[in-house]
Amino acid sequence: MITRFLLQGMDRNLRLFVLLVLAIGIALPLLNQIMPPSSPFYVPAWLLQLIGKYLSFALLALAVDLVWGFCGILSLGHGAFFALGGYCMGMYLMRQIGSRGVYGNPLLPDFMVFLNYKELPWFWYGFDNFGFAMLMAILVPSLLAFALGWFAFRSRVTGVYLSIITQAMTFALMLAFFRNDMGLGGNNGMTDFKEILGFSVQADSTRAVLCFASAFTLALGLVVSAAIVGSRFGKALTAVRDAESRMRFLGYRVEGYKLFVFVFSAAMAGVAGALYVPQVGIINPSEFSPANSIEAVLWVAVGGRGTLIGPVIGAFIVNFGKTWLTGALPEFWLFALGALFIVVTLLLPKGVVGLWGQIKARSQAKKARAPA
Amino acid sequence: MRSTSALLYLSGVTVSFDGFKALNNLSLLIEPGEMRAIIGPNGAGKTTMMDVVTGKTRPDSGEVVFDGRADLTKLDEANIATLGIGRKFQKPTVFENHTVRDNLLLALAGLRKWHRLLLAQPTKDENHRLTEILSVIRMEEQQYMLGARLSHGQKQWLEIGMLLAQDPKLLLVDEPVAGMTDVETETTAQVLREINKTHSVVVVEHDMSFVRALGVKVTVLHEGSMLAEGTLDQVSADQRVVEVYLGR
Repeated sequence: MITRFLLQGMDRNLRLFVLLVLAIGIALPLLNQIMPPSSPFYVPAWLLQLIGKYLSFALLALAVDLVWGFCGILSLGHGAFFALGGYCMGMYLMRQIGSRGVYGNPLLPDFMVFLNYKELPWFWYGFDNFGFAMLMAILVPSLLAFALGWFAFRSRVTGVYLSIITQAMTFALMLAFFRNDMGLGGNNGMTDFKEILGFSVQADSTRAVLCFASAFTLALGLVVSAAIVGSRFGKALTAVRDAESRMRFLGYRVEGYKLFVFVFSAAMAGVAGALYVPQVGIINPSEFSPANSIEAVLWVAVGGRGTLIGPVIGAFIVNFGKTWLTGALPEFWLFALGALFIVVTLLLPKGVVGLWGQIKARSQAKKARAPA
Repeated sequence: MRSTSALLYLSGVTVSFDGFKALNNLSLLIEPGEMRAIIGPNGAGKTTMMDVVTGKTRPDSGEVVFDGRADLTKLDEANIATLGIGRKFQKPTVFENHTVRDNLLLALAGLRKWHRLLLAQPTKDENHRLTEILSVIRMEEQQYMLGARLSHGQKQWLEIGMLLAQDPKLLLVDEPVAGMTDVETETTAQVLREINKTHSVVVVEHDMSFVRALGVKVTVLHEGSMLAEGTLDQVSADQRVVEVYLGR
């Protein structure tokens, strides 16, 4: 039953794409580990880290696309779910530092000692356990999404109003996390991580495993998303996107559909955040900044909204451009981002993935005109 | 709530938007198996009445009872649809990014809960029913075509197919022949009479020749209340109806 559910959404293209993601996730770490640094096939650790980061962004983009592309909910606050997942991972990593911190306190992280905390705040309990922290990385974003979605979808808040609410949510969280007395590191956030599951976060082998884990999770995310979208639920979901009130008059309780996909998507974004933090080595409140969420939406738009492959490709293209441009011409990046947004909106309504179809349709139209 | 043998019972229904009374103390009775035409000039409250019955608009006062037991003023669209009231809109609204077959599948009576749909596979019965409806609306050949690619007429047919799939006790049909040719209008009247053999129908329409072709009891609405009721000939002879339609 579960296998049939998981396989129902997989078409040939997607199957190949999932295999490609897995191949990258296996080949790059392997080349890093078995090749000597002098070999031309050697993959340096910084590249693993970069690809791992892109893979976690791709998972976030997939999460955004699931609500936006398939259900028409334009969330401008998915960065918040991503950051919450990241904070859960950050809390775990902080507690792994133990007495190796600057102040050498075996229980309290450095920033707490600095701020004169006498004991560990209650919400830090349990985060020394990896399983618990990962559970929280899924549960905390899910619960927030559930609370927000429950009220918003029942009151039939849709369209731009919902986008504004999600944007306000991530902004409010950013302000809250900037405060030192939140007990979550204030504006400095959390960094100087030492170990994950007993392995050094700096070690090449750890980076290799994290890169593989990101690829594997993305592949899993693609398979599960495909199953959801390909099911009868998925048909109802896109129908809600296209004609919500029609679905109501057919007897569908639309808010249940929206809520499920919104919560699932938030959980996926949380997992993406948890994968991101150990690879970049820091989490701070700027991850909640509204611009981050908007950027994630742009990845989806560039890649192709309403397809599963599109957001992954979009996340890679835009982030590769960002990495390259912020290195080569740092002042230019924001202009490039703005220009990209305009170009995609005007010329590529279906993103890069839709480009192929556009070209094909144009050449067919030309052929149809030619014989006359 | 009054118990009644009528399929649809409206009594003293008033709806106002910013002081404007879209419905003013409207009462209406539809018997089981009946087909009723509702006519009236623009702004008479025809669409508002449909909105009230389908749960889109809550009345300020009055009773709306379906099937002698369900108080429609307390239920939402999804509940009311599940009870057995189907609605066809003036502008055909089919799901453009779904195939004809998937459109019908979504409309098919039965599964509506999201958690059951995740694992649901179409059953033999459902497939059989879909094939049946496709042949009734003569769209077997287009069954894998996307809704967006259908012509206006095909969309109308598909929507009728979706109503059949939904299998409601009462069908509300809003201006079904708007923008249709005379031949299409005549065909639609036939289809509605066919549907009326097994379902109760309320038709809202402007087109008098269409209403004549239906040959059913007519209710005239004016400024949110009922002005006259009877056969088309009776109401056309009514002096007040003439005044409303021709202006004073």
